[in-house]
Amino acid sequence: MTDLTKLTAVEIAGLVAGGETSAVEVTQAHLDRIAAVDDRVHAFLHVDTEGALAAARAVDERRAAGEELGPLAGVPVAVKDVLTTKGVPTTVGSKILEGWRPPYDSTIVQRLRAAGTVMLGKTNMDEFAMGSSTEYSAYGPTRNPWDLDRIPGGSGGGSSAALAAYEAPLAIGSDTGGSIRQPGAVTGTVGAKPTYGGTSRYGLVAFSSSLDTPGPCARTVLDAALLHAAIGGHDPRDSTSIPAPVPDVVAAAKLGATGDLTGVRLGVVTEFSGEGAEPGVVAAFRESVDALAKLGAEIVEVSCPHFRYALPAYYLIAPSECSSNLARFDGVRFGLREGDDGNRSLEEVMSLTRDAGFGPEVKRRIMLGTYALSSGYYDAYYGQAQKVRTLITRDFTAAFERVDALISPTTPFVAFPIGARTSDPYQMYLADLFTIPTNLYGGPGISVPCGLSEGLPVGLQVMAPTMADDRMYRVAAALESAVGTFTPPAL
Amino acid sequence: MAAISREEVAHLARLSRLAVTEEELDTFAGQLDTILQAVAQVGEVAAADIPPTSHSVPLTNVLREDVVVPGLTPAEALSGAPDAEEQRFRVPRILDEDVAS
Repeated sequence: MTDLTKLTAVEIAGLVAGGETSAVEVTQAHLDRIAAVDDRVHAFLHVDTEGALAAARAVDERRAAGEELGPLAGVPVAVKDVLTTKGVPTTVGSKILEGWRPPYDSTIVQRLRAAGTVMLGKTNMDEFAMGSSTEYSAYGPTRNPWDLDRIPGGSGGGSSAALAAYEAPLAIGSDTGGSIRQPGAVTGTVGAKPTYGGTSRYGLVAFSSSLDTPGPCARTVLDAALLHAAIGGHDPRDSTSIPAPVPDVVAAAKLGATGDLTGVRLGVVTEFSGEGAEPGVVAAFRESVDALAKLGAEIVEVSCPHFRYALPAYYLIAPSECSSNLARFDGVRFGLREGDDGNRSLEEVMSLTRDAGFGPEVKRRIMLGTYALSSGYYDAYYGQAQKVRTLITRDFTAAFERVDALISPTTPFVAFPIGARTSDPYQMYLADLFTIPTNLYGGPGISVPCGLSEGLPVGLQVMAPTMADDRMYRVAAALESAVGTFTPPAL
Repeated sequence: MAAISREEVAHLARLSRLAVTEEELDTFAGQLDTILQAVAQVGEVAAADIPPTSHSVPLTNVLREDVVVPGLTPAEALSGAPDAEEQRFRVPRILDEDVAS
């Protein structure tokens, strides 16, 4: 019998539409898999067994009634715990929201339901999406299915680990500085950050509002494209949502899968292709560049001189926005309230609540942002970082006059052992060295598995111009057709 | 030279409404100093005449039609509140007693 958990979303949807299996059977197979392995992986913070089976039954009933089903109907999906789900716990990986059941669905989740996908549950993440290893979750780390002693990336380590552990064929992440792409790279899965404004932030718990971008995670490029198409597009409830159709990413993924990149010009980012990355990562990347050239792509070197300042600029801009956004966690309207003994003032209760509810990384970033925005430091830090953001954008714009897309390794290093970087926060920040420029620019980026280094997955990143998300899917699918997909050892 | 002192971190914690402990202050002071020294690299960039970017998608005046749409009921809006009373969020006292009296 076919193991339903090993199939792609495309295969599952085909079997369900053809009546060869039911959405309930598919869902139960994934719930069984979660029950069998998640005590070791810890990808999920909450499994919604009842809700998932009810959604699956609804798909089966619609099929029985002769209704036309969408391309992802009956396919299970795991959702990062950063998105609100009506009546289903949403913690953002933080104690400050423990037990909170939102009274509304985020737009992404509404669209997942409308597409007939089956939400299995909520996945683990670094608290408030701040981190690169999922070790900063208040509920304990997620483990990498490739090696349970290593990190699955972050902040969306739960979503990517769920894919690599065959607990779900599709997952949703959010990417502020690499939180979809870096977990994808280190778990051997695909993760795409759409153009900023191409996917709605309504119901996405805010971290850094000018950077936060929800997006798709999957085991194949085509599956990611189908999920992107299902969740993307204009949302009137997000004032930064782009009022234009999503480029045809599904057609682009199919075109790429033919393995022909004739006429496509790809730029290797000089600054990201050698120094700062592990030798094994550089070797896998170089081999992939050769593979892309064999598919017909023209490869050129492109220098982006300001990219080296992206990491420091990001760690001023994102904490500044976070220090403002997280002011809403005050123990008044939702979540934790600490120390309200009838004698303490509102301000004392607020301070005790925030100290008890936030973990150390969140506190560091709130204080860092408060510092960067304070008078006397504003111009030198936040203001200067915003100017650097302009220069990084200009680097991208100039590069895209010469090439169709830029490529680099997704991360400087493969999955590191749990605990290796928690004592020095800045060492953790370096995990996002190559993914951050895209967020500051606002364009799309995708990580696709490109090889192994010492038995651990390496990702290749494709960066495209704003609202040219289709280009990155074409290149990623072409590379996938050449190098194949990567399967972790059995759990 | 340290970019930030322990006293400055204590001040930031107060501004941020974080009742951090003395032990946390010791840890954060060193870590924030390391991070600030690293991010100060942005100062190396000659950018005096460069305009700042606050947002990558410059949409302005995004408005919707002024029509009534369903919203949360009071019960839904209060469903996650730590404390509620008479359809309101209940909070600890805001004013000191000597001010209130």
